[in-house]
Amino acid sequence: MENAGVRNEREFPSGRSGQGVGARLPRKEDDRLMRGRGQFVGDIRLAGLQDVAFVRSPLAHARIRGIHVPERHRGGVFTAADLVGVKPIRAVSGLPGFKISEQPVLATGKVRQVGELVAMCLAPTRAEAEDIAASVTLDLEELPAITDMLKAREPGSALVHEHWGDNVFLETNYEVDISAALDAPIQVTREISTARQCMSPLEGRGVVATFDPRLDQLTLHSAAQMPHITRSGLAECLGMEEGRIRVISPDVGGGFGHKGILLPEEVCLSWLTMRCGHPVRWTEDRREHLVASSNCREHHYKITVYADSDGTLRGIDCEATVDSGAYSSYPFSACLEAAQVASILPGPYKMPAYRCRTFSVATNKCPILPYRGVARTGVCFALELMLDLVAAEAGLEPGEVRLRNLVQPEQMPFDNITRKHFDSGDYPEAMRRALAAIDVEAIRAKQSQGETGGRRIGVGVSIYCEQAAHGTSVYSGWGIPMVPGHEQASARLTPDGGLELRVGVHSHGQGMETTLAQVAHEMLGIDVAKIRIVLGDTAMTPYSTGTWGSRSMVMAGGAVATACRELGERARRIGAKLLQHDPASVVLQNGEVRGVNGSVSLKAIAHTWYRRPQDLPVDVDPGGLEVTQGYKPVRDSGTFSYAAHAAVVAVDPDVGEVEILDYVIVEDGGVLVNPMVVDGQIYGGLAQGIGTALYEEMPFDASGQPLATTLADYLLPGATEVPAARLDHMETPSPYTQFGVKGIGEGGAIAPPAAIANAVNDALRPLGVELMQSPITPHRVVAAVLAARAAERSAA
Amino acid sequence: MKPAPFSYERPRDLNSALSMLAASNGSAKIIAGGQSLGPMLNLRLVQPELIVDISGLAELKQAGLSGGELVLGALVTHADIEDGRTADVTRGAMRGVAANIAYRAVRNRGTIGGSLSHADPAADWVSALAALGARVTLRSLAGARSMAIEAFVVGALESALQTGEIVEAIHVPARAVSAHWGYAKSCRKTGEFAHAIGAILVDPAAASARVVIGAIDTAPIVVTDAAELFGGRIAADYKQRFDIRVADTLLMKAGIDDVAQRHIHVSVLKRAVLEAAA
Repeated sequence: MENAGVRNEREFPSGRSGQGVGARLPRKEDDRLMRGRGQFVGDIRLAGLQDVAFVRSPLAHARIRGIHVPERHRGGVFTAADLVGVKPIRAVSGLPGFKISEQPVLATGKVRQVGELVAMCLAPTRAEAEDIAASVTLDLEELPAITDMLKAREPGSALVHEHWGDNVFLETNYEVDISAALDAPIQVTREISTARQCMSPLEGRGVVATFDPRLDQLTLHSAAQMPHITRSGLAECLGMEEGRIRVISPDVGGGFGHKGILLPEEVCLSWLTMRCGHPVRWTEDRREHLVASSNCREHHYKITVYADSDGTLRGIDCEATVDSGAYSSYPFSACLEAAQVASILPGPYKMPAYRCRTFSVATNKCPILPYRGVARTGVCFALELMLDLVAAEAGLEPGEVRLRNLVQPEQMPFDNITRKHFDSGDYPEAMRRALAAIDVEAIRAKQSQGETGGRRIGVGVSIYCEQAAHGTSVYSGWGIPMVPGHEQASARLTPDGGLELRVGVHSHGQGMETTLAQVAHEMLGIDVAKIRIVLGDTAMTPYSTGTWGSRSMVMAGGAVATACRELGERARRIGAKLLQHDPASVVLQNGEVRGVNGSVSLKAIAHTWYRRPQDLPVDVDPGGLEVTQGYKPVRDSGTFSYAAHAAVVAVDPDVGEVEILDYVIVEDGGVLVNPMVVDGQIYGGLAQGIGTALYEEMPFDASGQPLATTLADYLLPGATEVPAARLDHMETPSPYTQFGVKGIGEGGAIAPPAAIANAVNDALRPLGVELMQSPITPHRVVAAVLAARAAERSAA
Repeated sequence: MKPAPFSYERPRDLNSALSMLAASNGSAKIIAGGQSLGPMLNLRLVQPELIVDISGLAELKQAGLSGGELVLGALVTHADIEDGRTADVTRGAMRGVAANIAYRAVRNRGTIGGSLSHADPAADWVSALAALGARVTLRSLAGARSMAIEAFVVGALESALQTGEIVEAIHVPARAVSAHWGYAKSCRKTGEFAHAIGAILVDPAAASARVVIGAIDTAPIVVTDAAELFGGRIAADYKQRFDIRVADTLLMKAGIDDVAQRHIHVSVLKRAVLEAAA
């Protein structure tokens, strides 16, 4: 599916040897991870280690009148009053009008969410620390809780941050000639919402902090995606030089965004180890994760879609509200999510008119964080549900409406109405393949035969685009504390001919230890078994903004290729000397430097360089066999991967159960470095998307209490809830990146809620039922069915 | 999520266990499989001074037939029943229920006596055994007493157990050859607690039926003479005679105001009726 005329600088020196780019190589890291030999924060044991438990606010909004620590525990309990000189966490956006929140690492004055840290309790074990925490009593004056983001926008609402005067972190407006759409014959308006969720990685957050007097250095072991950013944030809060802080992220069991913020706990434990002189640990437990940490996904849309009677889109008008919670989290800020809604709502569709107004609203809930897919999952849900309604109005199949409006391959590269630059792809082809694979006609035939066993069948589709690895030009506009620039990688040939790579991104399930080794193999021909990757340690890796935004394969992969290219070039020049050839006449191929009369292996070159320098000529390049190089794609506006999803469901309208009978994904992630790893990413994302669609919801009562406090209440999909999805890959290279790769990490989690909701609505449409809210629970289904039946009765 | 400090005893015979419970004056909790109590301890929802671990009591692991009925010791696990290691007088009804309790890992450790003692309205045995007409024997130092399951479970997480008392055994009557059995539940996902349970033991030949609507916010609705749900009499055509309006009224009387919730319960009970008639 290559596009004629698209520039593409691909380079596959290995000639696809079976270990390089494109190989379905088993993951190197699985040998240790699958044998239970991974080392996570929870596995770290340091002499003298003590545990921390936190006293957390039991109320959503209250003034702190007093904190009472029993006499016997004084000395082991620390409050904000003890943390002299520690600054609050501030994540400021440079967007005009952004209101700043300050998040004290231990509460001062007010608490603004249930679970907010109030005091830190230290003891030899976690159980004893929890006993101490239970003995601390708080004197709190309860204030009205702000739990409904729409009411929070109204004048007269109680205020999360009084000095703001309202509860809006940021309001944005984006408009392109909406008046041109207003005479469209089809106009559909709905309110659509997605529930608040918890990201729920298998491993929660965790921190082990210690101080090394010899190096005069604080070492923080943290389950984190972005150790270099964590270090910058810590340095700012603690008032320390960055060089005095080392952040190590060991094995990390899933990130998804949850491990992308600076935690107040990280600041607290850093301070504490320096205060008490021994290592300290805090391990997030599941209840802390559910009620006290950070949430995601809570969006509300009031949206109108305009179309011609043949289904051609004329425009979208939307007012989107995101519940950002009490504080702006570091470094992404409280407004990334809502402001992103405005820029990505048009999705992969062409339209001449557009308007979107967004509100990032403060409430008495956990801060919101960008979760896998960030705003795209909500945006895809809203837009794709609306397109089904347009299809119904136009009397067309949902797939047909999409085919009429998707950007066409001959338009690539394409700048859409919000000036997103689509690099390459054939979106209609992905949709056509998905429609064919799910066999819409067969489903329609089955539907015409009526219910089977009391259940109704429905089919739904959705499609999205995923902007990935977007860099400086995109993020400088947000003005947040982190703007990605060039990505670096260090490559070092070892004396025995192996390769060590040091990279600043991290891997928490993505298989980067394998895919980065494949990239290096592609460039140098070294066996991947001899390639070692060091990630996630500020002392050992080049600076990086870390792993987020599906950027690692594009950015770190590109950096590894660039560093390896330079390393290969140096080895080639040394090899030429050893072969006594003109450097111009030798090439590096399959791990050796070849000339007309012979060859010399990288291993021999490395051995000579390090161990037998006497064999080198005097005029050899002194640069050596260790290089650090930086990389940025030709254009840094991002790669655009995409996928069409199609689902078949069976719905029991009386019990409300939804079963996924079939699921198809046709995705295009550019050139795939390891298709098996990509499959894994898609399956994992699909599971999370199914969670959003059918299960996951963190409800709050009117006083701001989170109600799903255990995994018996906060339901996550398990193996039995995830169908055996059928995958199909297209590979349209990006014209801008090394090898033509695109970021694909988040896509799996973006489209399922929309496809599944559309399938459920397709099943129930004959009953007059329309579900516009995630998750689709049995209760919501049955309530909607009963309401539709009642409406039919009163009409009759 | 670590429990508050507690003392721990693991007695070797029932009398020692009963003495410990009597001496603790209500500040003790019994642990068997620990599938419910474990998380509750870790969440500090319960903070007993003493945990009496009864998993070493051989007397409570007995299972056998006695006078035509099945007597199951309180420590019989769900997996024991699922795998057929215990005798059966219900013609597969109990095995079917056991096989769908939570996950296999829970069934390996969770016990029938523990499940009843915990009295979670969403637990399978609470509804299924009530429908099967089972009774429970409770023992304390003062002696033993016996009661129907529906009398034992008095509310959500509330049983008739008194201080110093323990569930000793469950007595399940034999299911008549002419009796039909239906059991249905709706769970948000595999292995999750049900949010609706319907159970029916109906014997058209004897013109009798027991019906249970479970997994409501309080003790299950147990209708021991269920003729009212079938237009006043039980006969071979009970499937056609099932009256969802009567079921709905029962749920309304039980305080369930939410119409969709009631509809789900009634629909699940209907599934159980259809299964019995199939």
